[in-house]
Amino acid sequence: MMKLFGILVWRDLSHAYGFGGRGGTRRGGFILPVIFFLAVATIYPFAVGSDAQLLARTGSGVIWVAALLAAILPLDRLVQPDVEHGFFDQWAVRGFSEEWIMLAKIVAHWFSFGPPLMLATIIAAGLLGLDAAQLRTVETGLALGTPGLAALGVMIAALTAGLKGGSALGGLMLLPLAVPMLIFGAGSVLPGGENGLLLLAAASLVLVAIAPFAAGAAIRALRE
Amino acid sequence: MGNLSSLAKGESGEGAHIAAENLACVRGEKLLFRALNFACEAGSGLHVTGANGTGKSSLMRLLAGLLRPYAGAVHMTGSLALSDERLALDTHWTLENALGFWAQVDGADKAKITAALEAVDMPDLADVPVRYFSTGQRKRAALARVLVSGADIWLLDEPANGLDAASVERLGALMQAHLDGGGIIIAASHQPLPLAHPIQLPLEDFQP
Repeated sequence: MMKLFGILVWRDLSHAYGFGGRGGTRRGGFILPVIFFLAVATIYPFAVGSDAQLLARTGSGVIWVAALLAAILPLDRLVQPDVEHGFFDQWAVRGFSEEWIMLAKIVAHWFSFGPPLMLATIIAAGLLGLDAAQLRTVETGLALGTPGLAALGVMIAALTAGLKGGSALGGLMLLPLAVPMLIFGAGSVLPGGENGLLLLAAASLVLVAIAPFAAGAAIRALRE
Repeated sequence: MGNLSSLAKGESGEGAHIAAENLACVRGEKLLFRALNFACEAGSGLHVTGANGTGKSSLMRLLAGLLRPYAGAVHMTGSLALSDERLALDTHWTLENALGFWAQVDGADKAKITAALEAVDMPDLADVPVRYFSTGQRKRAALARVLVSGADIWLLDEPANGLDAASVERLGALMQAHLDGGGIIIAASHQPLPLAHPIQLPLEDFQP
């Protein structure tokens, strides 16, 4: 069972990173959200001016908003191509449960999305003039929050997999559901907001726990 | 959850069996067929015929467990392989790597991929990404995926569609070899199957 789980995670990771000698990433892979995330962090000072104090005070919030928007970009490659090309049917014929497949997809999606974003955050923090303590809190928050974002992404990708233009709708669905994470994540950086990290971890945990079941049920409903 | 590991295959064909009991199928509030019965033992080939829209593909999906029957039940022993209009191969990977994924899933070794590529006459296309394939080549690639799976029961939806004469002949030989090895084939096609004596199952007989 663990071997199969590993094979599924490995396949999705090779789609995102194009490794394993297989060549070619699927629809932009991991790099597109990272570039988008950095682009938002880059243009923000152009919009609000170069007031270093203002940038440092609002920078962590911008990083969280950018991370949330970047999470929308890979939605259309997470589930829909595998539905369209019949992979889910083939897995079902072999008796795999959709819940395990979705958990594998969440794990793979996090690996292709969380760590690159956390690395890019170091650069973004430099652009926005965050100090070391703020950067540490933002990174901790992202480490706790991105698994929840990954779970949410896979869940919404599964729910919209059967729809034409589902990715645009998916973005609209993801944002409101991610608001608690945004509040706790960005709030944790404010003075006296340390407990936000605990709430963020709790919100993330809830999403990781329910997403495989919701996404699995969505895929089964698609067959009828 | 659970059941991720139910891949274990019996020795090919040993006691494979599939039967439909009083099967009925409703799609889009229309009753497609009802009171459909058949039983296939190891070594038998079933040819499902019928005009467009009579429910050939729906029957295949019912047998594969992807649709719930409106009434009746499907009984089977043995492992399944399904080939329908969807390729289920990663199109930006080379054919060898795309088949390699399913070989990993089904616990097949590299030799089996090589053998399957030989069987569908595609060894020289092993390094070509799947997205460049023509219709007939895609059909043959899907057949290679079925071969790699080593399953007892093949469910083939329009297996001869888009194949040239030589490929149809090769398909016939592969299907016959599978039956001779104790496998079962259920194929839906409006064309004649390249098989010597398939059991005919005309869906028109089961229309309401």
